[in-house]
Amino acid sequence: MGNENRIVNGLLKLHIALCLLFIFAPIAGSFVFSLNSDRFPSLPLGEFSTEWYRLIWEDPLVWQGFANTVVVGLTVAVIATLLGFGGAYTDFRYNFTGKSFYLALAMLPPTIPVVIMGLAMLAFLSRVNLSGTTISVIIAHGVMCSPFAMAIIRLRLSQMDPDLEAASWNMGGNQWQTLRYVIIPFAKPAIFAALFITMAVSFDEFAVAWFVSGLNETLPVKILGFLQGQVSPRINAIGSLAFLSSMTLIILAQLLLRSPEDKKS
Amino acid sequence: MTKRPTLFSLILSMPLLIWQLTFFLFPLLFLVAISFWTVRNFQMQPDINFGNWERVLTRGVFWDAYFRTMVLATAAAAITSIIAFPASYAISFKMSEKAKRWMIFILIIPFFTSYLVRVYSLQVFLSDAGIVNAVFGYVGLGPFPMLNNAFGVIVGMITLTLPLVILLQTFSLNFVNRDLIEAAHNLRCGRLRTVFAVIVPSAKVGLVVAALFAFILSFGDFVSPLYLGGGNPPTLSIMITDFTKSGQQWPRAAVVAIMMIVTLLTVAFAAITYAYKERGK
Repeated sequence: MGNENRIVNGLLKLHIALCLLFIFAPIAGSFVFSLNSDRFPSLPLGEFSTEWYRLIWEDPLVWQGFANTVVVGLTVAVIATLLGFGGAYTDFRYNFTGKSFYLALAMLPPTIPVVIMGLAMLAFLSRVNLSGTTISVIIAHGVMCSPFAMAIIRLRLSQMDPDLEAASWNMGGNQWQTLRYVIIPFAKPAIFAALFITMAVSFDEFAVAWFVSGLNETLPVKILGFLQGQVSPRINAIGSLAFLSSMTLIILAQLLLRSPEDKKS
Repeated sequence: MTKRPTLFSLILSMPLLIWQLTFFLFPLLFLVAISFWTVRNFQMQPDINFGNWERVLTRGVFWDAYFRTMVLATAAAAITSIIAFPASYAISFKMSEKAKRWMIFILIIPFFTSYLVRVYSLQVFLSDAGIVNAVFGYVGLGPFPMLNNAFGVIVGMITLTLPLVILLQTFSLNFVNRDLIEAAHNLRCGRLRTVFAVIVPSAKVGLVVAALFAFILSFGDFVSPLYLGGGNPPTLSIMITDFTKSGQQWPRAAVVAIMMIVTLLTVAFAAITYAYKERGK
């Protein structure tokens, strides 16, 4: 193939680069702005400053929001992963009437717009006197995060040799022992990955949490509050820190999900 | 499969079912119920009252918002799909396995950044005195108004959906049979014609599903319309937050929410039907 091929490929590469620039410019921008003295940055940029980090460091409300976020995130991760593991194993092992309903119920939450989820949760939880509590955020995030946990663990289970379970049964292991000594060890990387990913999803979720959290705001809800107020580069500082913590979780998950064959290559 | 379920299988399968029935399906059904309730003295009372439906659906404000949201979400889905396709094509057909895996990892990263923070950052980029206009200023152009209008909203929605659409398109293109393309080339089918006559039809389902996800996400998004579009005139999701947060009119918010869900289900059904049409020919 001649010259045309090279030009086309070059243009395609350029296009990908532009797409990535478009996607990552706001993320990178937020980092840069967080370390910039200007309240409203433009070109040329102002000078280097850690002022915004100092402000959030000294803000007790930010710390309280951070504490709420961590409590919610840890609890949600455990709940969503337990629920997701059960669902993934059910899908892997059993066939039953109504299975498609079961799976739809398990996987659909992420497709419902968050404002609608938020409103439905708020209406329901306030009826049972739970709205405005941290528990309500945990409940809502449990619904939204368990599909991710289920998908990750299900994917891992599908890589398992089905004879493994049968072998364990043949050797006299009952279902519980098989679960304990065969399936959980095999699914372990995916279970940890699910914990990290669901925690990261919960860390960044603001809309439903905003509807149901009342005064027990998580950090992302605080950011929403800042956005509604006047311009505040503190958002960039909080966002950069949140990004770093989410990325740490994702990279840990990614390392866990890598199969041994990949490591060799 | 007439066996009775064992205790073991119930303990594993039931928690998720109960959780999602109680905290997901039931609240959504409850939303339908409260759309018929009445509000007196800021308190909701159980009732069978079509007043909320009548009030919302007979107002021009609602239908204006409805069509505005439709147009914005459709435009965002179309533009995102068009921008994404060359990128997905390049990733799927031109990259090594290793590079592909890296691209996928890179494209997953945005899902774990706060959308709010990105939108706030976009405000800084797009405002009249912002970064983009400063760049235009250096070459003697602008300033162009890019914030508090439809342009800002669409940019925000593309930021939200582009990574997902590229990923979904790439996955569907990965499944296109490479022999078909080889055959097309052997038959002297031109490069561009191969793309439109062979690749796009083979990957049609995935491409439509990707656009559908972009539509769903944009349709329900309230952050871009509010913080990049200025929030006025409102979209449907802004109406919901307004009704809920300031107006204490939960029943009316429920009516808007149900209209949104019905619309999304209709669009999803139409898109899936279209995607699978003529496949068996």
